[in-house]
Amino acid sequence: MPAPLLVPALLGVLFLVLPLVGLVVRAPWSQLLSSLAEPQIGQALRLSLVSATLATLLSLVLGVPLAWVLARSTIRGRSVLRALVTVPLVLPPVVGGVALFLVLGRQGLVGRWLFETFDYTIPFTTTAVVIAETFVAMPFLVISVEGALRAADARFEDAAATLGADRWTTFRRVTLPLVLPGVAAGAVLCWARALGEFGATITFAGNFPGTTQTMPLAVYLALQSDPEAAIVLSLVLLGVSLATLLLLRDRWLGRSGTPAA
Amino acid sequence: MRLRAPLVLATAGLLSLTACGGSSSSDAAAGSTAGTEDAGLSGTLTVFAAASLTDVFTDLGDQLMADNPDLTVEFNFAGSSALATQIGQGAPADVFASANQTQMTVVTDAGLAEGDPTVFTENVLEIAVPEGNPADVTGIDDFGDPDLTLAVCAPDVPCGAAAEQVFEAAGVTAAPDTLEEDVRAALTKVELGEVDAALVYASDVQSAGDSVEGITFPEAEDAVNEYPIATLAAAPNPEAARAFLDLVESDAGQQALTDAGFRSPGA
Repeated sequence: MPAPLLVPALLGVLFLVLPLVGLVVRAPWSQLLSSLAEPQIGQALRLSLVSATLATLLSLVLGVPLAWVLARSTIRGRSVLRALVTVPLVLPPVVGGVALFLVLGRQGLVGRWLFETFDYTIPFTTTAVVIAETFVAMPFLVISVEGALRAADARFEDAAATLGADRWTTFRRVTLPLVLPGVAAGAVLCWARALGEFGATITFAGNFPGTTQTMPLAVYLALQSDPEAAIVLSLVLLGVSLATLLLLRDRWLGRSGTPAA
Repeated sequence: MRLRAPLVLATAGLLSLTACGGSSSSDAAAGSTAGTEDAGLSGTLTVFAAASLTDVFTDLGDQLMADNPDLTVEFNFAGSSALATQIGQGAPADVFASANQTQMTVVTDAGLAEGDPTVFTENVLEIAVPEGNPADVTGIDDFGDPDLTLAVCAPDVPCGAAAEQVFEAAGVTAAPDTLEEDVRAALTKVELGEVDAALVYASDVQSAGDSVEGITFPEAEDAVNEYPIATLAAAPNPEAARAFLDLVESDAGQQALTDAGFRSPGA
């Protein structure tokens, strides 16, 4: 490996890995088991895992068709649409939270109607957590799937059409299996981003143990009163994230993306 | 096309340099000020203060800067527990003003304060409701109503600790929907009309003006928050720190605090 690449690469690895090592080294290993038994940690972890998974499922249901529209359709203004869809990626999460409030809050554009008609408010519920996480994480899925769709060979879809398949069958049995690794990669990114979401969640969904206090929120609050507990929470989150990322990448990278032409 | 990559890299490099260079001016001339008069202060003064002090301290900071043209006053307003943690982790502050004694004790126990802290003002809790009081909240007992959407500060934050005391004094089992990380976040929820009521400080109700209505309740007297202020031992600008403390404790400073809804200490 050429030296000019080796040194920065090494620095990059150290930069990313050292903080994680620090977390492991500073952990209160003697108190770890007793801390883990506390109900608040179990609650926060359960809530985080459930809401991140729901957010990913919602993103798949909405995001894959959206990615198809961006990649395959010929409607005008696609580039504007693409730019709009990726705005949550660059928007500071807290700003996203404020924006969600202004639309879905009790006084919001849509939320006001919801409140007056059904007496239902979204903020401060677990639904709000899922919505906030979906808002920030879905663009990852859309971009990933759109990229996979663009790279996929369109001739297979043409072949399916000449064999008499309608567009929905083509999508279901040819396109989707073709881009499944891309969808899986996007879903993993989406899940990881949703799991770590903080700013939009604390602003829009608030913070209450069991209902809206996800792991990142629990870590933030624990840091102010009990740093040792914060480290334990961080370790748990790190462990869960690592395990998921490693497991999934192995399974899906094993299958090759594009079949031989 | 070939020109673009180096150009982009150069721009990125320049931008990151300007980001790094911003704070270097604060180290300049920190200790070389005239000892007895205000007019000689220079450098940067960093004040960590409880979120409830945002408006008053900003005004006092402006006054100090007007009297000392070479001085820049910078504030970090947040929940007192977050600030105490940051100071414990080595954040470079000159002054710390906490919303209760507990968080100041965190700093003094770690040996990070210069001398003894002094109490410079007090604050009591008040119920804040959106304009027009849409949920007809009448008193502290309404905080036990699970059908209302309520915001209270997190227990680690001073206003949350005081809230727990008043709930105990009033015999109310609180049913909040969210525990906010500082009192201003709770106030914002009320201003936006997203909660039916929140438990904030009297000074916060006043600062919000017409968009918020306040409801006082007798149990608030059971949890008066004393605000201590102290200069920090590792302060980069001790002269300016001392000057700020003097300003806060002066008649002008005390008047500004009582005008904003705070109480005189020992009242």
